Amino acid sequence: MMDLLGWLFIWFGVAFFLSGTVALLRFPDLYTRLHALTKADNVGLGLVVMGLVLHAGSFSVALKLLLVWLLVMLASASVSHLIARAARAAGYGTERGP
Amino acid sequence: MDDPHLLAALVLLATVTAGLIVVLRRPGRVERLLALQLLGTTTVAVVLMLAHGLALPGLRNLALVLGLLASIVGVAFVRYGALGSDRKGHGP
Repeated sequence: MMDLLGWLFIWFGVAFFLSGTVALLRFPDLYTRLHALTKADNVGLGLVVMGLVLHAGSFSVALKLLLVWLLVMLASASVSHLIARAARAAGYGTERGP
Repeated sequence: MDDPHLLAALVLLATVTAGLIVVLRRPGRVERLLALQLLGTTTVAVVLMLAHGLALPGLRNLALVLGLLASIVGVAFVRYGALGSDRKGHGP
């Protein structure tokens, strides 16, 4: 039962990763791509970690998985903000104009 | 060996490969930063999945380190190169 629920989370997470990549390929300019990629990939990772936590054998493994997820959330949020700010300062325009 | 986890890891790898191929074909230096973001987060997911599928608990530590390193590389690119900076690293 826990196994099936875990698989549900994992496959939804994989679907989010797929949608993040599709957004990366299809969106019109840098900022929208960055935004969609970061958010979708982070949600995907969260769901995958959720599924792996349900599959995990012990509490310490689950705790480590959650720590990894927290770290990646913080790191990718910070880095994506830095990228967007630097691109703006360097003059990258949006699809509708500069 | 745990095949369903390996299958999920394979699907994630295929996703990131397809994304990288298209993104790296685009012109523009800042697109490489997007590729880095994509690669970083997806790699963490793949390694965590492999840790379960191959029954190698050490891979979870690897995922932790990879998450850290990806963010450090991102910061280094922003500060020092991809978007234009002088030699001393005074980027935007």
